[in-house]
Amino acid sequence: MPTNAPTAALKDVTSSGSTLRRFLHGLPGVDAVGLEARAASLGTRSIKTTAKAYAIDLAISMVDLTTLEGADTPGKVRALGAKAVRPDPTDRTTPTTAAVCVYPDMVTVAKEAVAGSGVKVASVATAFPAGRAALPVKLADVRDAVAAGADEIDMVIDRGAFLAGNYLKVYEEIAAVREACGATRLKVIFETGELSTYDNIRRASWLGMLAGADFIKTSTGKVAVNATPANTLLMLEAVRDFRAQTGVQVGVKPAGGIRTSKDAIKFLVLVNETAGPDWLDNHWFRFGASSLLNDLLMQRQKLATGRYSGPDYVTVD
Amino acid sequence: MSERTNERLTVFKTYKLYVGGKFPRSESGRVYEVTDSKGNWLANAPQSSRKDARDAVVAARKAFGGWSGATAYNRGQILYRVAEMLEGRRDQFVREVGEAEGLGKSKAAAVVDATIDRWVWYAGWTDKIAQVVGGGNPVAGPYFNLSSPEPTGVVAVLAPQESSFLGLVSVLAPVIATGNTAVVIASENSPLPALSLGEVLATSDVPGGVVNVLSGRTAEIAAPLAAHQDVNAIDLAGADEVLAKELEIAAADNLKRVLRPQPVDDWSATPGIDRMTAFLETKTVWHPTGSLGASGSAY
Amino acid sequence: MASVFAYAPAPESRSVVDIAPSYGLFIDGEFVESADGKVFKTVSPSSEEVLSEIAQAGAEDVDRAVKAARKAFEKWSALPGSERAKYLFRIARIIQERSRELAVLETLDNGKPIKETRDADLPLVAAHFFYYAGWADKLGHAGFGASPRPLGVAGQVIPWNFPLLMLAWKIAPALATGNTVVLKPAETTPLSALFFADICRQAGLPKGVVNILPGYGDTGAALVAHPDVNKVAFTGSTAVGKEIAKTVAGTRKKVTLELGGKGANIVFDDAPIDQAVEGIVNGIFFNQGQVCCAGSRLLVQESIHEELLDSLKRRLSTLRLGDPLDKNTDIGAINSEEQLARITSLVERGEAEGAERWSPACELPESGYWFAPTLFTNVTQAHTVARDEIFGPVLSVLTFRTPDEAVAKANNTPYGLSAGIWTEKGSRILAVANRLRAGVVWSNTFNKFDPTSPFGGYKESGFGREGGRHGLEAYLDV
Repeated sequence: MPTNAPTAALKDVTSSGSTLRRFLHGLPGVDAVGLEARAASLGTRSIKTTAKAYAIDLAISMVDLTTLEGADTPGKVRALGAKAVRPDPTDRTTPTTAAVCVYPDMVTVAKEAVAGSGVKVASVATAFPAGRAALPVKLADVRDAVAAGADEIDMVIDRGAFLAGNYLKVYEEIAAVREACGATRLKVIFETGELSTYDNIRRASWLGMLAGADFIKTSTGKVAVNATPANTLLMLEAVRDFRAQTGVQVGVKPAGGIRTSKDAIKFLVLVNETAGPDWLDNHWFRFGASSLLNDLLMQRQKLATGRYSGPDYVTVD
Repeated sequence: MSERTNERLTVFKTYKLYVGGKFPRSESGRVYEVTDSKGNWLANAPQSSRKDARDAVVAARKAFGGWSGATAYNRGQILYRVAEMLEGRRDQFVREVGEAEGLGKSKAAAVVDATIDRWVWYAGWTDKIAQVVGGGNPVAGPYFNLSSPEPTGVVAVLAPQESSFLGLVSVLAPVIATGNTAVVIASENSPLPALSLGEVLATSDVPGGVVNVLSGRTAEIAAPLAAHQDVNAIDLAGADEVLAKELEIAAADNLKRVLRPQPVDDWSATPGIDRMTAFLETKTVWHPTGSLGASGSAY
Repeated sequence: MASVFAYAPAPESRSVVDIAPSYGLFIDGEFVESADGKVFKTVSPSSEEVLSEIAQAGAEDVDRAVKAARKAFEKWSALPGSERAKYLFRIARIIQERSRELAVLETLDNGKPIKETRDADLPLVAAHFFYYAGWADKLGHAGFGASPRPLGVAGQVIPWNFPLLMLAWKIAPALATGNTVVLKPAETTPLSALFFADICRQAGLPKGVVNILPGYGDTGAALVAHPDVNKVAFTGSTAVGKEIAKTVAGTRKKVTLELGGKGANIVFDDAPIDQAVEGIVNGIFFNQGQVCCAGSRLLVQESIHEELLDSLKRRLSTLRLGDPLDKNTDIGAINSEEQLARITSLVERGEAEGAERWSPACELPESGYWFAPTLFTNVTQAHTVARDEIFGPVLSVLTFRTPDEAVAKANNTPYGLSAGIWTEKGSRILAVANRLRAGVVWSNTFNKFDPTSPFGGYKESGFGREGGRHGLEAYLDV
C-alpha cells in the first residue's frame, strides 16, 4: 500500500487506462514561453549577505552527492561518503549533505562510509538510467538495494510506455516499486529531457504522485537536457497543487546540470516562491549533483573570510 | 425638367431617404425643393431631421457586425455588384448628374463612367488593404505578432457639395470597402444622385444599414452626427471651414476619428489609400511562439 | 543561520547617478531659466525626498522653444536620412551605455521598481531609438510615397508612468522622419527627460532639434495651442485628450492621442492556469498598475472562478512591496500624492458600492506614497471599479459563462486599448481576438511591448499608432 495514498477524490482516476488518460490530459496546459519567463524572472532575485549564507548552507544540506559511473569502485564511494559527512574539513560548522547517491551494488559500501552521520544513502534502481528491463528485473533491482540498506530509492519511469500513452503501465510500475520499497522513500525520475514537452512533465508529475512517489525528480543526469529552472518550477507547481488537493506533500529533486552556488540559490528561490517555505528543507527538496558541492563550499569560505577561495582549498574526491 | 413634347405625361419619382435598407420619408415630414443648375425644379427631396440621423446611426450600428465580419472577398463581390447595377442605370445617372451639376451629356457621361470605375477600383481593394497596411512584426522575443487593419465602426460622411456623384462615391466607397458602415449626408443642393444610389444599393446585395443616405441641410444633420456617442468617425469632406471646425469640436467628445475637408480639384484623379486608412484601426495580436520541447535555458 | 529564507536588502547603488540641485529648461541646445523665473520641485515618491528643483516653462518659454525648433527644422529636415539615422544610432548607444544610471534615476523620480526600469524601461528605450534610427534613410520604402515629407515642429506631451520610454516613443520617430521636437515631460517625473537633453549634447545633436520644457498642464496646453506647432502627440488621460482634440479642431495640426484604458483580461477554463496567473499579475501590478493598457478587469469563466482566485491570492501574497531601488522589489511606490488620493478614493467607492476588497498581508513604508496590491471580487459591469480607469494596483474580478458573454463584457466600455485572452484552444483565441475592439490583444501573455509593434487604441483610448512602420505615419505629411 503506497504511503502517499491519494485521497478518495482522486482514487477513481487510476481505475483504468482511459480514466487515467482523461485525468492527465485534463490537467491545465503549460505555456512554454510563460513558464520559462517566470523561471527567468525569479532568476533575477538578488540574494545577498545573510540570505546568501542561509541559502548556501541550506543548499549544502540538500545535496544528494552522486556518483553513477561504470567506473565506480568501493574506494570512490568511500571518498564520496567521507565528503558527504564532512564536506569542508577546515570548517566543522558546515552542514552534511542530505545523502549520497550510488548504484545498488555500492549501497553497502556507502552505508558504512556514512554510518552514524545522519547522511542518507540513496540508490538508483529499476535498470537505471534507461529503465529498459522487465518489471520483475526492476523489482529485483529495488529489493536488492533496499535489502542492502538503502534509505531512498531513485527509480526511473518507463519513458517508452509514457510516450506511447500507456500511462496505466507506468502507474502500475511505480506502484509496484512503491510496494517493493516498503518504508524506504521513493524518488521517481521522469527523465524530463526525454518526455520533451512541459505538458508531459506536468502529467508525469501527477502520475508519479498518484502512484505514491515521495519525491519527483527531473532526470538521471545521463541525457542532454537535465534539470532546468523551468522544468523544476513546473514540478514545484505540481507538488504545490497536489498537496492543496490531497493534503499529501511530495518532494522535488532537480538533478543534473546544476553546478554553481548561484544556480542552486536560484533554484531555492523557485522553491520559496512557488511551492513555498514548507519545501525549504532537505526532507522535501534535494539537488542531485556532484560538482555543485565544491562550488557551494568555496562560496561558503568566501562569505566567512571575505576573500575568494580556489579549487585547491576544497577537496577533490 | 425639359419640356414634354410628346403626349404622354411622364411619371415623376418621389425621392426618399435610404435608411436600414428601407426607403422612408423624413420622420419630420419635411421636404425641400431641389433644382437644376439653372434653377428649374427637379424634385422635392426629404429634409432629414436629427431623428432621421439618429435612426440612420442605429441602422448603421446594427449592420456593422455583419458587414465588418463578412469576408473581404464577399464584400468585394457585393461592391462589384453595385458597379454592375450602376452600369445598368447609367443613363439615369447621366441625366441626374447632368442636371445636378449643369453638365452636358458627354461630360456627365464621363463623370458617371469615372464613378462606376471608382466602385470597381474599391471593390478590388477589399481583400488587399490588409496585406498592404498590415503584417507581421519581427518582435525581439518568442512571440508571433500580427497587425491587421479593422474598420473603425460607424462613419458619418458629409459628401462633397459640388461633385454630387463622383465625389460622393469617392468618399463613400472607401468607407464601406474596408468594412465600416456609413451614414451619408448627400450634397445639400444636389442630393438626387445620392438618393438614387440608395436604390442601386438596395438591389445590389449590400445589406440594409451598411449605407444610409440622408438628404437635407448638411449643417442640421451633421451636428447630431458629430456629437453622437455611437458614431466612431466623421468625414468632413462636405463641410465648409466654419462648419468643419464646429463639427470637429463636437466630435472630440467621444474622440471620433476626424477626416478634415481637403481641397479636391479633380475627383477623377486616382485616389490613394488615405481615405481607407483614415477609417481603419490597427489591431495587433500577440501570441507566444513556444518551443518544440521543454529544453528551457539554464540559469 | 537564519531560520527562514528572508531575502536580505539588495539595493541598487544610488551613486551611479548624480542629480544636480536644479535644472533649467532645455531650449536651443542650452539649459536656461524660465522667462518668469518659476520653478517647481520634483520628489522621490518612495521617500518624499526632494530630488531637484526644476525650471517651469510658461507660454513665453513655449514660444521660444517652438521658434528654436522651427529654426532647427530647416536644416534637420534637409539632412540626408542616413545622417539623421546616425544621430539616432548614437543616441541609442549612449542610452545603452548609461542605462544603469538612467534606470536608477527613473526609479528615484518615478517610484517604480529598479527591476522594471532595468529590465523593461531602459532596454525598450534603447531598442526604440535603434529601431527608428534605421528608418530614417528608408522612408521611401515605408508605404507613404516615394519621398514622404516631415510635418515640421512636433509638440509632444508625455505622462509620468514611463517617463523615458514615452519620450522615446515620441522623439525617435519624430526625429527619424525629419521633424524637430518640443517635449513636455510630466511635472512629477521631469528628470529623465532632462538627462536625455544631456544625451543629445553628447551625441552632438544639432541645437534646437530637441527642446525639453518641464511644466504642468498649462505648459502642455500652451504647447498644443501654439500656432506654429504642426504636429501634436499626447499620451495621458482621456479627459485631457478630448481637450486637445478640441484645441486643434479647425487647424491643420496632425494629432495622435494615446489615452486611457480599462483592459479586459479574459481567462477561459482551458487556460494554462499558472501562466495565466502570472499574466494577470503582470497585467495589473506591473508598474503599480499605472499603465494605460493594464489588464484592470479580470474576466474569469465561472467554472474556474474560485480555483483561479485562490491561485491569484496565493501569488499576490508573494509580491514584495517596498524600496524601489531594492532589486527584489516587485511593487514600488505610487507616483504622486495626487495619484494615491485618486486610487484611494476609487477603491473606497468600490467598497461603498458593495464590491469585496482583498489585499495580501503587506506592510507599507511610513513615508512615501504606497498602495497595497488589491483585488475586488463580487464586481459587476455596473461597479465604478469595473468602468473607471483607476491607474493603480487594483484588479476587478468579474465572471462570464460563454465566449460570447466574455466578448460582450470586454467590449462594454468606451475604451479600447488592450485585452488579454487565455486559452489553450487556438481557434478560440483567433475568434475572440477578432471580435475584441482593442488595439492590442495579448493572447497567453500580457503587457508585452516591442518597437516594431504598433500600439494604440480604439474608441476613447485615442487614435493613431506608435511603434513599427505604422508609427511613422503620425510624423509624415500623408
